[in-house]
Amino acid sequence: MTSEQTSTTHAALDAGSPKRTRLPYYPGCTLKTTGKGLEDSALAVAETLGMELVELPRWNCCGVVTSLTDDDLMRHIAPIRNMVRVQEMSDAGLVDDKRVVTLCSMCFNALKWSNARIGGNAEDLKSINDFMYLEEDYRGDSEVVHFLEILKELDPEAIARQVKVPLGNLNVAPYYGCTLLRPKSIGIDDPENPTIQRKFLETMGATVIDNSYKTVCCGSYQTVPDKYAVAELTHDILSHARSAGAEAVTTFCPLCAFNLDNRQREVLEKHPDFEPMPVFYFTQLMAVAFGLNAECCRFDLNHTDPRPLLRGKKLMKEDA
Amino acid sequence: MSESKTMMERISESTRSLTTGVDSRDVEHWVTIYIMGRGYEVPADLTIMTAMEFAGYKLIRSCGCRQGFCGACATVFRREGQYKLESALACQTRVEDGMYLVQIPFSPAEAAYYDIESESYDYSVFSKHYPEVARCVSCNTCTKACPQDLEVMDYIQSAIKGDFESLAEQSFDCIQCGLCALRCPAEIVHYNVGHLGRRMFGRYGSPEPEHLKTRLAEMERGEFSSALDALVGASTKKLKELYAARVRESDE
Ligand code: SF4
Ligand code: SF4
Ligand code: SF4
Ligand code: SF4
Ligand code: FES
Repeated sequence: MTSEQTSTTHAALDAGSPKRTRLPYYPGCTLKTTGKGLEDSALAVAETLGMELVELPRWNCCGVVTSLTDDDLMRHIAPIRNMVRVQEMSDAGLVDDKRVVTLCSMCFNALKWSNARIGGNAEDLKSINDFMYLEEDYRGDSEVVHFLEILKELDPEAIARQVKVPLGNLNVAPYYGCTLLRPKSIGIDDPENPTIQRKFLETMGATVIDNSYKTVCCGSYQTVPDKYAVAELTHDILSHARSAGAEAVTTFCPLCAFNLDNRQREVLEKHPDFEPMPVFYFTQLMAVAFGLNAECCRFDLNHTDPRPLLRGKKLMKEDA
Repeated sequence: MSESKTMMERISESTRSLTTGVDSRDVEHWVTIYIMGRGYEVPADLTIMTAMEFAGYKLIRSCGCRQGFCGACATVFRREGQYKLESALACQTRVEDGMYLVQIPFSPAEAAYYDIESESYDYSVFSKHYPEVARCVSCNTCTKACPQDLEVMDYIQSAIKGDFESLAEQSFDCIQCGLCALRCPAEIVHYNVGHLGRRMFGRYGSPEPEHLKTRLAEMERGEFSSALDALVGASTKKLKELYAARVRESDE
């Protein structure tokens, strides 16, 4: 980035942040398609907080599901190739941090797990580097973090200062699912009782509803072969949140979002009494609380439209 | 020119390889290549394609434009003493000593049938017609195989991301030789994916060119009909005259 560009982007920032921290950023395929609401809102939120998420050049799919077999190295090529991009970026001084930030929980899980698995095994790392001879060798020392971990490092006061539309009367149940938490060695919080979303949602002024279904699996890719099995899980997860008092849930995963949100259609087929519930990407709610332009939330891509709820709570303008 | 000399010329002509027109006596450098396992001495400055013809093969498949455009002449080879399996276009690559060659007549692959007007302009068009793209493991083998030096893996990744513009740009020079598809461990048919992506980009992504719109309207109005009818009705003699008298851009 040229210094000229830097100064214009800085001009858009509030006076409190002198220089935006540039972090390598891995988007993932879904965030470029159906998960646009997660990417656009997160980029806007990051910018408001003085961070620039710099997209990795030529990134490829994260690999999606980490291979658990010992000898299936092929499946680790995709994630490790992305780690080469992170290394190149930080070596070239294009970013201020060596850790790559992820938003999609699945990408986070796949990249971090493979990185730990291969980075921690000199022999396998060599096999993969030998195979990818057109790339520079990966040294195995770049790290993968999730956006929530970055938020955790910020001064809570700085986040609180950005809250322009406190979510006071909104009852939200944070949903975690699996990939942010499991396996324990990869997870960003207690796998049994995670609380990392709570603090931030409280800072946003929301009423946080805890419930034991927050870590129940959404059914993941079973949604392809058996959508009704997943619809049952969706029904259980959302009904528990509802009976605990929640009006909406939050997630960081486009696949969880698909299962919890889009599968409400199948839930209604089987359970006509079910009351549809908006499913927010965590950063969509942050963007609302920060009073950012609603466009970055891409609510048009949500299946259960969350806008009536937000308008009813006076958290969103009638015409937005 | 005497009668006997002409005869000598004709004899010499007959010893020349018919299609390559190479006279063995003029050749200074020779290499040995192996075609489907059998060794042949061929002139060193021939392409793989002409060397095969020099060796006596008559190519009825794996041969088309001879100019590096049609993609018909996909060839797989290995150099003596090397482990690496390489690929090339036979019409564009010179023989090297110790090449083990095999021609790939075509790569059997399914191409999707679709009505472009009823497809949605997003990633789902790929998951619908070529769901295999999701199996890409980013091994980059396709890129290494491409004789056009395209970033094949990157254009497949662009398809996965639903980025039609970069897919169209990156795959533009694909000549559909099929070498990538033959090497891909995920059984992806890259050139068909690229083809679909470029069509979608052309239909939905790129702006309609103004001059094309104007010209199509002119044609609709029949502005060129009489001129065309005149040409269709013209005699061969008249056509030749017109051709000789035509104004070329370089004449203007
Ligand atoms: S998790 Fe899914 S969307 Fe994210 S990069 Fe991996 S495959 Fe693509
Ligand atoms: S890399 Fe080659 S040898 Fe190894 S499993 Fe794959 S195909 Fe077999
Ligand atoms: S992309 Fe594949 S089909 Fe196209 S030119 Fe390259 S190798 Fe051949
Ligand atoms: S060869 Fe196949 S699996 Fe490997 S990068 Fe290319 S498309 Fe992906
Ligand atoms: S014959 Fe057409 S590309 Fe070689």
